Amino acid sequence: MASTTGNAEATPDVTGAVEGDDGVRRRDFINIAAVSAAGVGGLAVVYPLVSQMAPSADVLAESTTELDITTLEAGQSIKAVFRKQPVFVRRLTQAEIDAANAVDVSSLRDPATLDEITQPGHGDVLVVMGVCTHLGCVPLGAQEGENKGEFGGYFCPCHGSHYDTAARIRKGPAPTNLAVPEYQFTSDTTIVIG
Amino acid sequence: MSFPWAKEYQPQNGVTKFLDEKLPLPRLVYNAVGAGYPVPRNLSYFWNFGVLAGFFLVVQIITGVVLAMHYAANTQVAFASVEHIMRDVNWGWLMRYTHANGASFFFVVVYIHIFRGLFYASYKPPREMIWLLGVTIFLLMMATAFMGYVLPWGQMSFWGAQVITGLFEAIPLVGPPLKTWLLGGFAPDNAALNRFFSLHFLLPFVIAGCVILHIWALHIPGSSNPTGVEVKSESDTLPFHPYYTAKDGFGLGVALIIFMAFVFFLPNQLGHPDNYIEANPLSTPAHIVPEWYFYPFYAILRAFTFDFILPAKLWGVLAMFSSILVWFFLPWLDKSPVRSGHYRPLFRKFFWFGLIPTMAALFYLGGAPAEEPYVMLSQIFTAYYFLHFLVILPIISSIERPDPLPFSITEAVLGSDKKAVLGENAEPAV
Amino acid sequence: MIRLVGILIGLGFTFVVLLAFVTGAYTAATEDVAPTAEYTFYEESHGPEAGYSFDGPFGKWDLAQLQRGYQVYKEVCAACHSLNYVAIRDLEELGYSEAQVKAEAATYMVPGVNPDTGEDELRQALPTDYFPSPYPNAVAAAAANGGKIPPDLSLMVKARHHGSDYMYNLLTGYQEAPAELTQQFPDFTIPAGGYYNPYFASLVIGMPPPLLSDGQVTYADGTDATISQMAQDVSAFLTWTAEPKLIERKSTGWPVLGFLLFATILAWLAKKQIWAAAKPRRED
Repeated sequence: MASTTGNAEATPDVTGAVEGDDGVRRRDFINIAAVSAAGVGGLAVVYPLVSQMAPSADVLAESTTELDITTLEAGQSIKAVFRKQPVFVRRLTQAEIDAANAVDVSSLRDPATLDEITQPGHGDVLVVMGVCTHLGCVPLGAQEGENKGEFGGYFCPCHGSHYDTAARIRKGPAPTNLAVPEYQFTSDTTIVIG
Repeated sequence: MSFPWAKEYQPQNGVTKFLDEKLPLPRLVYNAVGAGYPVPRNLSYFWNFGVLAGFFLVVQIITGVVLAMHYAANTQVAFASVEHIMRDVNWGWLMRYTHANGASFFFVVVYIHIFRGLFYASYKPPREMIWLLGVTIFLLMMATAFMGYVLPWGQMSFWGAQVITGLFEAIPLVGPPLKTWLLGGFAPDNAALNRFFSLHFLLPFVIAGCVILHIWALHIPGSSNPTGVEVKSESDTLPFHPYYTAKDGFGLGVALIIFMAFVFFLPNQLGHPDNYIEANPLSTPAHIVPEWYFYPFYAILRAFTFDFILPAKLWGVLAMFSSILVWFFLPWLDKSPVRSGHYRPLFRKFFWFGLIPTMAALFYLGGAPAEEPYVMLSQIFTAYYFLHFLVILPIISSIERPDPLPFSITEAVLGSDKKAVLGENAEPAV
Repeated sequence: MIRLVGILIGLGFTFVVLLAFVTGAYTAATEDVAPTAEYTFYEESHGPEAGYSFDGPFGKWDLAQLQRGYQVYKEVCAACHSLNYVAIRDLEELGYSEAQVKAEAATYMVPGVNPDTGEDELRQALPTDYFPSPYPNAVAAAAANGGKIPPDLSLMVKARHHGSDYMYNLLTGYQEAPAELTQQFPDFTIPAGGYYNPYFASLVIGMPPPLLSDGQVTYADGTDATISQMAQDVSAFLTWTAEPKLIERKSTGWPVLGFLLFATILAWLAKKQIWAAAKPRRED
């Protein structure tokens, strides 16, 4: 410290220890160690304080959704809930599949073929999140009689995004196709999402 | 404020210079708890408890804000939401046990802080305002703790709320409507739970405000000390930093070890098992007790069992509130010219052999069942409690002949050894 | 002036509380307060002789025991007692695999809604569901049990002093009321539908002895299902339901205390070192 003038000679007696470079260093070391320990302790406390805001065990436990699609017929959709958000499962008709495959992929805003969107062996089952990629509204078209938009898939009424039968964005402000959640078929008629 | 030899804050670089000009916060800290605050050099470890109380207030606010992120103040789900915190929220059990035991430890350190003030008569002039603010903080703490205990909506939460709000019923005329108004209903229910939650969240910040005033008021005369002799010269003091920051740091470590031992190994020791049963308005627990830190006042409340002009219940309520309100008047009840109990032989005897055993007994009796001999014992000790503060203290402070005081703090520190000299006031290596 | 008023108020409170003391003492001296049967014959819980694996600061769960305890709960207690705050998924902590828990969940039926008609109906439980209550509501529970609702067991161990021990003693403590009791307290009767149990606060409990005979449960792991064994196992299980983080808590505690001890020693050394400069010394 700067203001030890006049006390410099007294210092050896004060500590009662052998003075010299070693002594000074040892004392500095203790203070630095003590302050560092306090710092480490403070940081350790931050960990639970931050982690308590992450999803709790009950929320994580509900992070998968199992769906039975035995009764889902061609042309029908079901609206399920996956992680508190809507998910659309639709069994496509042959006409819808043909319409989707007829599109020139390179002309799309977010190029993808129907085969890439669906899973092998289940090319007629379209599973997408019911969340418009523009600003997160729920698009129409999953339910009977709803507006399916100009391309016969889904239509978001908020800002007029049109999705085709493979849920690809065709018109409107949405930047990408409807998102496909991670899912798998555990049997021919059971889908586990998440 | 402060002493002429207090060191002045010197901003060291551009940033601190800028800050010092625009918003001298570093200067404030420097003068409040830094090297700029000269503190009597003879403070004992009893002077650690003010800082510890501040620490526990911070612990309570942090863990409380966290718990409020997960808690739901609705009688249908409050109990379940606490279980949700305990079982599902990441580290939720740690947050809740820290908060629950933190309340107990907050009271432990505050009680020691208060009784240190009582022994060393720290309430005497010129420190009356510090004391008044302190008693105010204590009252706010009691209100906050009471409302917090209602939130988990267990059996003791519910019946505690019932009993405490029932106290207001004892007030003549306005009592019953006052109780209904406090609860927003005829018994503790959603309305009460919600307002208690709201106030339980608010009051800690009011406490924090009062703590700032408490510290502000402290810095005008400076800290008291075990001799009770005021600071006379620079050799009587040491800068708060690093001397007392180091000492407080060590004290904090010890306190934390004990605190964490409770949180991790005895988290329910200080609570009541009945509060793990969801509130049931149709079934009263075998005996209703408040949290342990209210026991002395609960014992005083229950000691009044005889209708003398006023109903016994009203006497109990008056006595319970008076038992704390009497602290407000201590600066004017105690007229002794000497502060510290070390130099007041009569005062000291009554303190150690009267007040302290009385408080210990009341702590025990408040948690004991309302049956003999406990009731009779609480009556004896309640009588002593009031006699001590309102009768004995004023009288002995007039009649007792204090022991000779040291001339100064420096003299007290050096003792009788004529050859002793003080260590330098130099800043030690930091 | 303040002191005069203070003295008067102080004497006033003292006078009133001493009046209460005198009347109380008079009553105590003139009226015999007979000890109650509860006071004389109640026994403190002491738990099984060997104690539990989770006792003490270094305790650990005995997962096999918890699984056995769960079996006892399911086959015996669950007929009347709910476990409201425990989710079926929590069973994974007892060492069951995800698939086992899923299969276990399927053995429970929970209230649901028919997706087509919207009518209330029971559906198979999922791991995310909570253990279903044996009764649809409190009124039904009371009606089926002579007016007394079988309490929820999730937190029972924490809702009693020395809960794990209490649970064990309660389950094994059913007995005939001792002869001295009826001699000493002729008024003491056991009402119809009540059972004498010295570990229960009022000595008479409404719950019929749940563990009646050895072998009442056939343990999957082949452990001999004596009454004492079943009582211990289910007490251990209910300790887990009350405090699932018990072991996590204790094992987190040690490093925390160790670190604090280390930091406090450093703080002590730093304090000593800093104060050395201010210590009085002899000028020789």
